[in-house]
Amino acid sequence: MDNLIEIRWHGRGGQGAKTASLLLADAAFNTGKYIQGFPEYGPERMGAPITAYNRISSSPITIHSNIYEPNYVVVVDDTLLESVNVTSGLKETGGIVINTTKSTDYLKNVLKGYNGAIYTIDARKISEETLGKYFPNTPMLAAIVKVSGIMSDEALLEDMKGSFKHKFAKKPEVIEGNMKALEMALKEVKKI
Amino acid sequence: MSIRERLSGNEAAATAMKQINPDVVAAFPITPSTEIPQYFSTFVANGTVDTEFVAVESEHSAMSACIGAESAGSRAMTATSANGLSLMWEMIYIASSLRLPIVLSLVNRAVSGPLNIHNDHSDAMGVRDSGWIMLFSENNQEAYDNTLMAHRIAEHKDVMLPLMVCQDGFITSHSIENIELEEDEKVKKFVGEYHPEHYLLNQKEPIAVGPLDVQSYLFEHKAQQAQAMKNAKKVILEVAKDFEKMTGRTYGFFEEYKLQDAVIAVVCMNSTAGTTKYVVDKLRENGIKAGLLKVRVYRPFPAEEIAEALGHLKAVAIFDKADSLNAAGGALFEDVVSAMYVNQKAVLAVNYIYGIGGRDTKVDDIEKVYTELLKISKNGKVGNPYRYFGLRKEGDQNAL
Repeated sequence: MDNLIEIRWHGRGGQGAKTASLLLADAAFNTGKYIQGFPEYGPERMGAPITAYNRISSSPITIHSNIYEPNYVVVVDDTLLESVNVTSGLKETGGIVINTTKSTDYLKNVLKGYNGAIYTIDARKISEETLGKYFPNTPMLAAIVKVSGIMSDEALLEDMKGSFKHKFAKKPEVIEGNMKALEMALKEVKKI
Repeated sequence: MSIRERLSGNEAAATAMKQINPDVVAAFPITPSTEIPQYFSTFVANGTVDTEFVAVESEHSAMSACIGAESAGSRAMTATSANGLSLMWEMIYIASSLRLPIVLSLVNRAVSGPLNIHNDHSDAMGVRDSGWIMLFSENNQEAYDNTLMAHRIAEHKDVMLPLMVCQDGFITSHSIENIELEEDEKVKKFVGEYHPEHYLLNQKEPIAVGPLDVQSYLFEHKAQQAQAMKNAKKVILEVAKDFEKMTGRTYGFFEEYKLQDAVIAVVCMNSTAGTTKYVVDKLRENGIKAGLLKVRVYRPFPAEEIAEALGHLKAVAIFDKADSLNAAGGALFEDVVSAMYVNQKAVLAVNYIYGIGGRDTKVDDIEKVYTELLKISKNGKVGNPYRYFGLRKEGDQNAL
């Protein structure tokens, strides 16, 4: 499988990690890739830790297991850092993207010696500024695209514009905010 | 030209149903197949299909409604999983014995108990002797393709049996993947119209459906069902040939993946076959002659063909995603092993029960099986043929 990129999402039920993984699959599909986007269903309830996955490749994907050695991990909620082993199997050539405002020291300490790249983004701030509410999945989607280089910023924005139009057909007032959230996140995600 | 899309397995099944546009769909929701009637009901509401959608109060009623609709002379479909199929149990046998070519989308899930909503094949295995044709699907594409081929097989005059298309709950039903869809018009033409020979609403030929079948008849009727199942083999291949003409996608009783020159191989069904292909490729890079036989048509069971395809191996592992709890081995294992015995193919065979209740099937697990097969082929001895993989050992919490 050429250029296979595997991504694991950690979030809490209700934050949209599953939706973000499906949107990422969609966006990558639209650039001509083979994709998988799937959540790991557990005893779902609001606030419980959830995992979702993406595989993105330039050739057909046949594996149908969960992802144990991802290239990238996205942490949508930093309160998971102390309870879930988010870097489990994470390749050091890849990286982890965390929605957080916590200090570099704290993050390095809590990630237990993970030597790959660590990226942070304040998705709460971005979401509240652009949408007036806390929906971290849109900024996190932009952050992982930026970090992994799955597609260009322009390709993402162009594609998501179409997706949001479709997804929010009944509430078009949120499209602009979501687009702004993407743009801000593309700029603000940073390596520590 | 096929249409490049991305759909979940449930969306793929619902899309096939939309293109088939059956006369009747009767269904009751159950995880993980709920989305199929859910999507389909929106097609009905939007007028995309002109199907009569019957929102029944149970799966027993869903199958009963399909039986009523098919008896009347129409084309009926439904979808279910696990305990939904259990509740249909009584009517499952009625459908096949009345020779009604109902098509069911079975999204495989563990049958309770204890309660579990995740994937294994215990639901399908429970009805393997009920006289239904059973097709298994590795991914969303195969769930779609098998559904498009279903009516042509089931409604053939030499067959007239109900048919279920299986796919793995959550693993493929809820995973978005690439898929090639066919145009509506092409599908319509391929599937064709259903004109049954005998049906209740035919005023010119009054018939009874489902009367008492006493000692002097039932045996012969069962033998006819058995014959229809044999006839289905030929029809399945003919329909696959036509389907290939339309789509370029090839289907047979099973898929042989790097099997012809293999020394060791795995036999399995549904999504695990995809993961096994990845393992086979990896092993081949290291010079290990590993192969795979993926069973697509489980009923009718292509015994002779499978025995022939496996006969040259030194060792074979058969995976069962349902434990028969019989102290002997899983259903697919017993089918494959007896097929080899009857056809005089002496291949060392071992059974692995795996993936029960949604336990994830990992690349590592399958690799270990091939390592074990190498050992068996070297030693010439199987030892215990009835094994597990992915099962936690006492005190081992790592797999949690």
